[in-house]
Amino acid sequence: MIKKIFFQSIFFSFLFFKEAFAAESGGMPQLNPEFWISQIFWLVLTFGIMYVVLSKFILPKISNNLESRKSQILENIEAAEKQREDSEAKLKEYDEIILKSKMEAKTIFNQTREKTLKDIGVKKEVLDQQIDDEINKAEKEIEVLRVSAPDKINKIAIETSSELLEKLIGSGVNSSSISAIVDDLSRRNGDKYYGN
Amino acid sequence: MAANPMSQFDVYRIGPEIKVGAFDISFTNASLFMIISTVSILLVFNLGSKRNSVLPNKMQLLAELSYTFVAKMISDTAGSKAKPYFAFIFSLFMFVLFCNMFGMIPYTFTVTSHIIVTFILAAFIFIGVTVIGFIKHGFGYLKLFVPSGVPAVLLPLIVVIEIISYLSRPISLSVRLFANMMAGHTMMKVFGGFVISLGLVGGWLPLSFSVALTGLEILVAFLQAYVFAILTCIYLNDALNLHH
Repeated sequence: MIKKIFFQSIFFSFLFFKEAFAAESGGMPQLNPEFWISQIFWLVLTFGIMYVVLSKFILPKISNNLESRKSQILENIEAAEKQREDSEAKLKEYDEIILKSKMEAKTIFNQTREKTLKDIGVKKEVLDQQIDDEINKAEKEIEVLRVSAPDKINKIAIETSSELLEKLIGSGVNSSSISAIVDDLSRRNGDKYYGN
Repeated sequence: MAANPMSQFDVYRIGPEIKVGAFDISFTNASLFMIISTVSILLVFNLGSKRNSVLPNKMQLLAELSYTFVAKMISDTAGSKAKPYFAFIFSLFMFVLFCNMFGMIPYTFTVTSHIIVTFILAAFIFIGVTVIGFIKHGFGYLKLFVPSGVPAVLLPLIVVIEIISYLSRPISLSVRLFANMMAGHTMMKVFGGFVISLGLVGGWLPLSFSVALTGLEILVAFLQAYVFAILTCIYLNDALNLHH
């Protein structure tokens, strides 16, 4: 308010002391009314023409440009939003597919493992059976051999002793008596050799 | 001529004297710079609105930034009702801005440093705003002078003050612009004169002052155009949306 009054007082003092200023060399050219009418005329003319051209031709165009840009940007944003949603849905789908295939792979793996384990078990059983059979057979053979071994030894001993006696004595010896002796010996020593 | 800092404000005739009746409407240097300013404005904004590309070029950007700047200024101060007056305030702001800025070029004439020019603009705004106010609100517009919530005893005084303040609007509006432009240009001229008179030895100090003042004056040129336009918006706001 004070500033306003200050400016106004300056303005009025300029008006009132115009003659005094004009008397000085030059003074304020602004207060020389010689060209006031001319300035008003040209101001109204230029400003008026500028206002008409701006308001009728140029400003609507600028506003139009701005509007069209705005709408285009909005459209683009909408399109981008839509595409984003699409891609999100696709991503979800993809995730689901991945999850599903993972589960599938897991079940297939489990199934295969169980099957394999079962197969292995079966094969193992079969093999065990075979091995047991073989072992049994071998044991039986061993048993047979063990049972038949003393007889064979006795037989060999009888033959060898009869041949030895024939060489030593020169005449055949009754083989039945020799076998009786060998039997007797082998029965006595059998405990030592076989631990029976 | 160069010695007198006021001689830069001299108005002189260019070409013959033109008289219509008793009135002298000769073409002067003031008229020349009004025409230069308006033609520049029309050129800049015509170039800026010619093509409509989504990615604006420099001219388009300039035009559109000015448009949105003024549009925002109006909607912030006077609301959406002031939209029909956008073109006028835009023209006003651009005219004052370009006249101020052209005045910053050495050896040019500053149109807005003349009280008669700023006063005609301000008077037109004052009369226009008053007419708009009476059209919008009828005699209810006189309520502007009666602020609400004032004690009845103080009311006669307040009303008188309000009326004086309202009537002084065109004067304050015009003198503000004129005085700022004139003072700034005079000061620059004075400092420029010091550079010459102090010579090669002492002239550097006023020269550096002059450089700084040029920056300041460019700021003032913009600021005064802005203030002129925004005060117009505020007066328009009073006329459109009666708050008191």
